[in-house]
Amino acid sequence: MRQGEGMITVERLTRKYGSFTAVDDISFVCQPGRVTGFLGPNGAGKTTTMRVMVGLTPPTSGQVTIGGHHYHDIPNPGRHVGVLLDASAQHAGRTGREILELGARTMGLPASRVDEMLELVSLTPTEAKRRLRNYSLGMKQRLGIAHALLGDPSVLILDEPANGLDPAGIRWMRGLLKGYAERGGTVLLSSHLLHEVEQIADEMILIGHGRIVAQGDKKSLLAGAASGAASFVTALDNEALTKALEAKGIGVSAAGEGLRVETETVEIGRTALESGIVLTDLRAADGGLEDLFLELTSQTQREAVAS
Amino acid sequence: MTAATLDVSGTTATPFQRLVRVELRKSYDTRAGFWLLATIGLLVLAAEVIAVSVTAAQDEPMSFGDFVGTAAFLTSFLLPVLGIMLVTTEWSQRSAMVTFSLEPRRPLVIAAKALVGVLLTLATVVFSIVVGFVANLAYGLFQGDTDWTFGWPDFFAFLITQVLAMLGGFALAALLLNTAAAIVVFFVYKWVLPGLLALGGALMGWFETLRPWIDFQSSQAAIWDWSTSGEEWAQLVVSAIVWLVVPLTIGIWRVLRAEVK
Ligand SMILES: Nc1ncnc2c1ncn2[C@@H]1O[C@H](COP(=O)(O)OP(=O)(O)O)[C@@H](O)[C@H]1O
Ligand SMILES: [Mg+2]
Repeated sequence: MRQGEGMITVERLTRKYGSFTAVDDISFVCQPGRVTGFLGPNGAGKTTTMRVMVGLTPPTSGQVTIGGHHYHDIPNPGRHVGVLLDASAQHAGRTGREILELGARTMGLPASRVDEMLELVSLTPTEAKRRLRNYSLGMKQRLGIAHALLGDPSVLILDEPANGLDPAGIRWMRGLLKGYAERGGTVLLSSHLLHEVEQIADEMILIGHGRIVAQGDKKSLLAGAASGAASFVTALDNEALTKALEAKGIGVSAAGEGLRVETETVEIGRTALESGIVLTDLRAADGGLEDLFLELTSQTQREAVAS
Repeated sequence: MTAATLDVSGTTATPFQRLVRVELRKSYDTRAGFWLLATIGLLVLAAEVIAVSVTAAQDEPMSFGDFVGTAAFLTSFLLPVLGIMLVTTEWSQRSAMVTFSLEPRRPLVIAAKALVGVLLTLATVVFSIVVGFVANLAYGLFQGDTDWTFGWPDFFAFLITQVLAMLGGFALAALLLNTAAAIVVFFVYKWVLPGLLALGGALMGWFETLRPWIDFQSSQAAIWDWSTSGEEWAQLVVSAIVWLVVPLTIGIWRVLRAEVK
């Protein structure tokens, strides 16, 4: 399968550890101007894939190119690709400012860039003077994002950047990355939590047990799972509605005040109209994507066990 | 869809001297690093103060070279630790992930670290000589006469043996990638092994002929003596290959291939 070429191109990538396959023949692309969410449960192979991208882990087979280059061949790579793989992987005895200072010096950037980045991620001068061992996880993530953005790169690779951020921090990051992509940047960010990704990502890659189980934008992913569509409905006469729906062969179960119905909202509305039943609440079941996510990733789990 | 490309033609690769400056900064920008360097300096100072007061009080004859030798003896303990820390902290603190992301040409990073080790060793040697000079002046003040015996051969021997000590630690650190293990192995080979080898040589005649070829510490005497024996220099080279070149080569090979976690 050959997809449209993007800024980050993963081609038939496989990484094995002994007989265990952490990443199993995966291919995908990340387009410039878009945020690509890399979603999968713990141990799915997200980190391994991202580590291969930046040359920290050699692939068993396949390759990754960024803008047509292998990472190793990009001169002064921090100026082109911003990387945050593990916010804690820094010397615990260095101050936040010193960590950025070292990065800026390695990349040959002026010292003013350090202050700009500290300001961007809202680390105060006092916080920047503290040593990393005294940082909360959220502060480490902010520092890591500042480090990734230091060289003003056009590609960002972020592994679980929302981990440890408070809700305000997550919203801030969402705005930051959206703006970054709107200016033409390419963003790949991973997460094991759907809700962290679904609002930021234009494009989603779902991975489970080393394999890509689905990819596309939110709409097309949901469309692909249309058979699993469900709705919540409450009527003045729930019993009558249940009968009417069951008469059409549609699954109904009790859910709190109302009912959970295994069909789309339009079908429920039509049934209610036909039977003259008054509805007080009708909506598509939230977490349709969540169900899909769980279903797809657990499915590969069963496959992996069976094989 | 067309291929998106990164235009890297306008970016120059990170110059080596910039890597060296960053690695130098990393050697003192943490408490551990700073205090290791400070300890080297303070120990040299303290030792010279003691040496001056004891020898002057006891009327022991001392020369400039003796004072510098005192410092050299002490720094030969700590410079290997310096060489070890330059390498292993990247692993214990996991900052190697960032270092190698910003400079994927790992051999250059290793070379920059080794050069920083040599530069800091040079600084230590210069500091020891300055302190030794002052100590000898002070000794002269108490004793009335001063002996300035310390020639260039001694200076270079001092320099070379200190660099070898530092690199010995560096090599074991690259091989083991663990601070404690590298320090233990280094001190075993520097202080325990020569004794064991001598014992082995005393017990087994055949071993006595082999011993000079694998005892890196004893073979360094050739440097201090500026030996004219080709065989002694050959023994130095062979033992250096065993204790320096082999671990360094395997260590570098390991670092280049390592999956940095
Ligand atoms: N060095 C390694 N040796 C053995 N197994 C590994 C190694 N690194 C990762 N793995 C395994 O590979 C799988 C994928 O890990 P990872 O990429 O970290 O997953 P994720 O980031 O999606 O949580 C996990 O089962 C993990 O235990
Ligand atoms: Mg991970």
